[in-house]
Order: sequence, then structure tokens, then C-alpha cells
Amino acid sequence: MSMIEFHAISKTYGSGEAEVRALDQVDFAVEQGDFIAVMGPSGSGKSTTMNIIGCLDTPSSGQYLLMGQEVGGLDRDQRALLRRNFLGFIFQGFNLLSRTTALENVELPLVYQGVAPDERRARALEALDKVGLGSRAEHQPSMLSGGQQQRVAIARAIVTRPQLILADEPTGNLDSARSREIMELLRQLNRDEGMTVLMVTHEPDMAAYATRVATFVDGRLQSDVRQDAV
Amino acid sequence: MLFETFRLALLTVARNKLRSFLTVLGIVIGVASVIAMVTVGQGSTAAVQSDVASLGSNLLMLRPGQPGRGPGGGQNDATPLSAADAEALLAEIPDLVAVTPVATRTQNVVYGDVTQTVTVSGTDNAYFPVRGWTLSQGRMFTEQELRAGTPVCVLGTTTAKALIGEGNPVGIQIRVGKITCEVVGMLTRREASTFGQDDNDTVIMPLTAFQRRISGNRNVSSISVTFADGLAAEAVTPKIQALMRERRGLTDDKADDFNVFDMKQISSMLTGITGTLTGLLSAVAGISLLVGGIGIMNIMLVSVTERTREIGIRMAIGATEGQVLMQFLVEAVVLSLIGGFLGVVLGLGLGWAGSVALDVGFAPDWRVTVAAFVFSALVGVVFGYFPARRAARLDPIEALRHQ
Repeated sequence: MSMIEFHAISKTYGSGEAEVRALDQVDFAVEQGDFIAVMGPSGSGKSTTMNIIGCLDTPSSGQYLLMGQEVGGLDRDQRALLRRNFLGFIFQGFNLLSRTTALENVELPLVYQGVAPDERRARALEALDKVGLGSRAEHQPSMLSGGQQQRVAIARAIVTRPQLILADEPTGNLDSARSREIMELLRQLNRDEGMTVLMVTHEPDMAAYATRVATFVDGRLQSDVRQDAV
Repeated sequence: MLFETFRLALLTVARNKLRSFLTVLGIVIGVASVIAMVTVGQGSTAAVQSDVASLGSNLLMLRPGQPGRGPGGGQNDATPLSAADAEALLAEIPDLVAVTPVATRTQNVVYGDVTQTVTVSGTDNAYFPVRGWTLSQGRMFTEQELRAGTPVCVLGTTTAKALIGEGNPVGIQIRVGKITCEVVGMLTRREASTFGQDDNDTVIMPLTAFQRRISGNRNVSSISVTFADGLAAEAVTPKIQALMRERRGLTDDKADDFNVFDMKQISSMLTGITGTLTGLLSAVAGISLLVGGIGIMNIMLVSVTERTREIGIRMAIGATEGQVLMQFLVEAVVLSLIGGFLGVVLGLGLGWAGSVALDVGFAPDWRVTVAAFVFSALVGVVFGYFPARRAARLDPIEALRHQ
């Protein structure tokens, strides 16, 4: 069983003349332990793919299995529970809560899981240590650099020990040195922690870190190749 | 989790102190006015009732003037009462136990270099039992003093204290208006007052002395009457009315030009006024709470819009609709509870100040206080629900894209 299976997934927006077909009959699979880069020009359907995999959006037709579970028939709350327990998100714009310390940001997913405060704090500090920011736990996002903010976001994504990390252009707002640090971190999580990583990017330099590159064009999967990471 | 939500809501409220304060102001005013009104209203009702109780329920009061205009209404155009009326009532109506004519006037009372403005009453010895007074010092008036109009007087405790401080005033000479008057007694203090007028601030002298040396006429402001136990005021009143009509030569086609007040009637009238006022102001307070609730709804809607991205992040992380709804609902409730708390504090403060100003007892009603507090929380739930639901229904993708 693959971790993620797309069977003839389509996604359309609007209707009639204005209908836009973002995904068109896509078959796709992600295996446990993959580090996969999803590439393609804007409008190619890569973000829609990401949103569907992330249970933020639902396909118009087709079947989506997440760890063997059919997601299409689930309601909003059931999808929220899938996100809470199995997925971790990293965004281009970091999306940390402002005026909230790094530690509190990282604790947030555990709050929703109902983890007790002491354990929550311990696990959040552990996650921050893992991304090299253990000493900045009490800093608020405005006091951190972009690279540091993205590390906090990664800590937040991994604190629940999810099966799959979804990263949407994680280096889009960072300079190349900072970008490489983030990519090293993701690769380390993939190799050492056994986390599956799916990353949307349009930068070939970043895709080079992945073990597999899937390229979308016009709502279709154009190519899907395994590669040796740099 | 719920505790966590409350902590979070408090933090959010604390971050926008000014905005939060302005938001809850409506609730504060609403709750404060309910509590202040009820406190003062109950205090004055209790004061009226204790006044009436101290006067006794067997008391009727006769005043000149047309009925239906309240105490003192139309008094000036009517034929005044006289001491002879009082004597006639006692002689002709066997139901009556005691009758006392009372003439009153506000006068300056001077002792040494202290001047006190006091209600001075001219009356006879029946006044003391009829109005429920006993003496703590000295004596009442002698027959000789009453007949001759000797300038002697009995002081209330407040007046005595103002003039000589603590101690026994019997034997001192005070000046009442233009006459010098010897103090022969002092009343026992009683805790009663009517809308700011302290009953203990009074000077009582023989009616003859009052009429001759202070008012300069033979008029009497009112006649107080007590009737035998076991009789009803409704049974005694017509007899008094019949006799008075006869004495005043009123033909059948003329209306009464005097009033007989039953103390119960006075008490229920005063209580009624207080009740109406409380009701009216409670309605205003209710509207204020409603407006306060709308204020909270408005600010919560603004808050949901401002924090759309935050909501998106929370949803991506795994918050359910219920959890997002709860977060914003709790925030609205926390706001309204803060407003309710400030309102209770302010209301009790105002109620206390009002009670002191009106010289009625401070009588906070804890049930109303708790009810106002609970109601303010309810306002938070009702008016917070719509914005919270809007937050919970947001599409996470749209919310994350929101700048």
C-alpha cells in the first residue's frame, strides 16, 4: 500500500464557460520514505495537488487514498483530524502566529491534540532543538530572521511526528544560503527520522535535494522520475 | 483544552486593551445601571417600609387640600385645619385612640455659634405615641406649658448632636427662629429617614407656643390619628371624612377639600414610584446591554476578518470547526464577562454612593448582581456566536491566502 494514491483525480473550478480544469485525470502515488519535489509552472496544478493531498481541498472526481483511507467522503472535521494526526505543513510565508513565542507556535498542534502542558512543552523544545533553535524558544517571530522563522515552522510541522510533511515553496522567501540550510534540514528529517516529504517548488536547485521529481503541466502529471539527490 | 482556550482569549483581549475596553463599555454601563438602580431602589423601599413600620399601621393622616394630588397637593387654596378639628375628631369618633394636631415649619435653630436648619413641629404630647417616638432624656410637655404656650422644646438626636455634640441637652437654652426656648427632653434615636430627610433632625414644641411665636396663626399643617387595634383603615376613614365635611360645611355637591392618608397607602405609593423608576431604568439598562452585545458582535467580526490568516493556520494544523468556533465564542464571552465584572464593581460603587447621598441603607441585591453577571455572559454567547460561526466556516485554503 502506498502512502498516497491518486486514482484519476480531477479538480475543476467554476462551471460552464468559466470552468477551469486544474487537475485532469491524474494518477499518482507517494511511497513511505519518499522525498518528492513537485514542479511545474504556475497554473500547472501543483498547488491543487498539494491542497488535495493536505486534505485542505477535495477532488471533483476520482479517488484519493491516504494510507489506505478514502478521503473523498470525509467531512471537514474528519479531514481536520487527518491533518492533525498524520500531516505537517510548511508554507512559503512561514505562517507563524505573530506575537506568540516560537515555543507556543510549536506547541499549537499539540494543543489541538490535547497533549498535557508539561509533555507539550518538552516535545516542543525537543522539536526546536532538532531545527537548531532551542535557544530561541521564547523569541517571537518578529525577533527572528526569515530562515529562523521557517525553522520554527518546520519544528511546528514535525512536533506531532507526522507521517507526511507537506512543504509549499518552503524556500521561496529565503536567500540561497538560507534555502540550502532549510533543504538540508528537510533531507535530514527524511533520512534520519524516516519522514516522507512532499515539496512544491519551482526552483531546480531545491528540487535537486529530492529523491524523486514529479512535474505537472496543464493539470497533468508530465513526468515522474527518481534521481540521486545532491 | 477549555482552560487553554480561556487563557488564549484573555491574552488576546489583553493585547488590545483600549479596544477591548471600548468594546465592553456598553456592557459595563448596562450592568452597572441595573445594579445601581436596584441597590438604591431597594434601599429606599426598605427605608420607606421601616418608616411606615415605625409609625405603625394604625395611623391615618389628615391634611387640607384636594384629594388625588398626592401629599400637599392643592394645600394652599383649601381651608386650613385647626386644633379644634383635632379635638372634635377625638370627641366624636370613638374608634380613635389618639389625635394630635401638628404644625411644621423649617427654622434656623441656634446654640452658641452653631446654626442648624431644622423642621420645627408644634404639637401636643399625643404626638409622641402617635408618631412612635419615645424619650431618651428629660420629659414631655406639662399641661401648664401646653396651655400657656411656654417656649420649651424636645430635640431629635441629630439636632442635639449638631448643637452640643454628644451629651444631654436638657436644660440648655436654644434659639428657634426669633424665640428662646428651653430644652426639656430628647427623643430616642430611630433609624428611619425618608428620601434624604433624617427623622432625627427635628425640634418639637407645644402647639400653642409654635402658633403664637413662630407661625403667627392658628393653622395646623396636619392631624395625625391612631385608631383602635383590630379596626381597618378603610372602616375608620369614612367616619373622619363625614365629620370633616360637616365641620367644613361642604354641601353634597362639593368634593372633599381635605385628604385622609392611610400609611399603607403612602408606603405603597412611594414603593410604587421606586418600583416604576427601577423598572424604567432597568429597561434602559437592558437596551444598553443589547447595544453592548452588538458592539461585541461588531468587534468580533472585525477580529475574525483581521485574523483570517491565523484561522487558516489553525485549521491547517488540525483545528476542527468546533475548536475554532469555541475559540472565538470564548473570546466574546471573556470580553462580556470582563464587562460584566467591571459593571458589577461600578454598579455597586454607584449604588453605595447613591444610598449614601439619599441617606437610605446600602442594600445590594446579590441575586440581581449574579443575574446581571450571568446575563452579560449570555450576551457574549448570543452575540459572539455569529462571528464565531463565520470564523469556523472559513475555507482553510482561502484563509491561508488572506493577507
